[in-house]
Amino acid sequence: MSGSPARGRVSALLLVAPLFLFLAAFFVWPLAMMIAVSVTDGTVRQVMPETASAIRSWDGSGLPPAQVQEALIADLRAPSEQMAFGDAVRRLNSEVSGFRTLLGRTASAVRDAPPGQPVDLAGIDPRWGEGRYWQALQRAMPNYTDRNLLAAVDLKRDTDGSIAADVSANRVIMVRTFTIAALVTVLCALIGLPYAMIAAASTGWVRNVMLLAVLLPLWTSLLVRTASWVILLQNEGLINKALLAVGIVDQPLQLIFNRTGVIIAMTHVLLPFMVLPIYSVLLGIPRNLMPAASSLGASRLRAFWHVLLPMALPGVASGALLVFMVALGYYITPALVGGAEDQMISSVIAFFATGTANWGMAGALGLILLVTTTALYFVYGRLSRSPNMVGA
Amino acid sequence: MAANSPAFRAGQIVFGAAVVFFLVAPIIAILPLAFNSSVFLNYPIESFSSRWFVELQTSETWRRSIINSLIIGCGATALSTVIGTLAALGLRHARLPFASLLRVMFLLPMVVPAVVLGVGMQILYTRLGLASTYLGVIVAHAVLCVPFVIVSVSASLGGIDGSIERAASSLGANPATVFRRITLPLALPGVISGAVFAFATSLDEVVITLFVAGPNQRTLARQMFASIRENVSPTVAAAAFLLIIGTLCLAGLAGLLRWRQNRLAKAAASEAG
Repeated sequence: MSGSPARGRVSALLLVAPLFLFLAAFFVWPLAMMIAVSVTDGTVRQVMPETASAIRSWDGSGLPPAQVQEALIADLRAPSEQMAFGDAVRRLNSEVSGFRTLLGRTASAVRDAPPGQPVDLAGIDPRWGEGRYWQALQRAMPNYTDRNLLAAVDLKRDTDGSIAADVSANRVIMVRTFTIAALVTVLCALIGLPYAMIAAASTGWVRNVMLLAVLLPLWTSLLVRTASWVILLQNEGLINKALLAVGIVDQPLQLIFNRTGVIIAMTHVLLPFMVLPIYSVLLGIPRNLMPAASSLGASRLRAFWHVLLPMALPGVASGALLVFMVALGYYITPALVGGAEDQMISSVIAFFATGTANWGMAGALGLILLVTTTALYFVYGRLSRSPNMVGA
Repeated sequence: MAANSPAFRAGQIVFGAAVVFFLVAPIIAILPLAFNSSVFLNYPIESFSSRWFVELQTSETWRRSIINSLIIGCGATALSTVIGTLAALGLRHARLPFASLLRVMFLLPMVVPAVVLGVGMQILYTRLGLASTYLGVIVAHAVLCVPFVIVSVSASLGGIDGSIERAASSLGANPATVFRRITLPLALPGVISGAVFAFATSLDEVVITLFVAGPNQRTLARQMFASIRENVSPTVAAAAFLLIIGTLCLAGLAGLLRWRQNRLAKAAASEAG
């Protein structure tokens, strides 16, 4: 626009730089940190540095050589921070239960023993004579681990290092998350496609009202909309009162704190994301196509099936991706309208992070959600040829 | 099914009206409850009363949360609008390398699930010492607001006819004058509506706030979330009433600006053309 090309480029870069650095520090870095936490495993290594280096070369059969035992004794003698030691013990106990008492007894015995004299570990506790405790110690030593990522999909490493099934609830929750998101997407498409078609075909105030009805929820706070559903769906709520008054039901239906409530509220919240992309695609279709198809003898259904629907499909696909993507990460609505059996993956992540401070698991589950959502976003960007979600 | 048969038209009308009702009714249903004197957040309305609005002002937790929301909302809006507008101006340059990649990166905070970002932010903030500070919450909210500013400002910059700026340059205006007298006034509606979007986003943010804010930074949205979850008090309806009125005013403002911008752009184009 002005100046030399090089100057223009420099000034453009300078303009973009503050936001780039800001997002690098407070968007990319936190996500990278979360991923790092989910694959790092340095707690045991930190309190037992000598054992870590000594046990690395052990082949895992029988009992480790004497130098490993000496390294462990040296590590236990060295003063360590109470909290770090506790973390390490917890980590080891998750490999083989019983490590807590074993290490506690050993540590106090080693510290009481006179320095400079050899200590017989198996004499303190016969469990040191078993290979599996040493193997667990070796497994817990590396800086990086895949155990959180495996646990996120209900897998674990067996003692021989092969991947095996583990029992936990994560897979159930992932299936549930996908099921709820898919169901909400289908419902939004079933309501949103005909609605967008009626809106696109109408004119004047009818079209304005129909569009305003989509934009108003989009503008209203998500919390307000969720609060409204809590009020409407409760046992003494308006919906149940109306159903009782009309005589459709004899006693109130359970609509809240279960799957029905979550699906209703989420469909309401996400419907605008389906209607708007379809509507904008439909606006681009020439209005005379349907009459043309009719004049050539096609029935209305046939004209819809062969003319309008194929042309509207890109809009449906964008809308469906958008709804599905947003639904996957939903937290507030299931948390307030759903019961314990309707919590989605976000709730589990929040539970691990704030409830039990298990950052590794929170990070591993978060990584799965992050990768899925980002992949869907890039597919969406391809489909709509613009990475711009607002006012799509 | 014949084309335009009365039954088909009637079906369309019924379906359209039902969906409009489904979309709008829940939002309207909560409004009258703000004035209900009953202690239960439910119909029927016993008698009209403003006690829950009084509660909103007098209860320390609610009052504090409103003030927090205003502080954090203003901070996040100012931060995101300034750096977002600068970046949108930079993205407009044809010579910016990796422009499309940068644009994707700037919009990503809108896509990444809030819980995921919340976990990462909590880990980062613990190390940086930003956990449970106003600055930390403002920065976290600003990250979420930035995409809205970028989208809004980019849209208004895209609507500027480049020939106006070239005309100004050819008449002897230096780049700074062109920017100050031509580009900025034309982009201003986009900047303001971006700021409005940013403020609305911050006002409604709950999830990241759950992770990074301490009890002292409890925002109105966070307080409403807790109140719906723990003890459903009608104060929630009063807060919702304020939020709905507030966002409608903001939406009206943004709509007005967009209308004015279209008119300005048209007028400018016709003058320049």
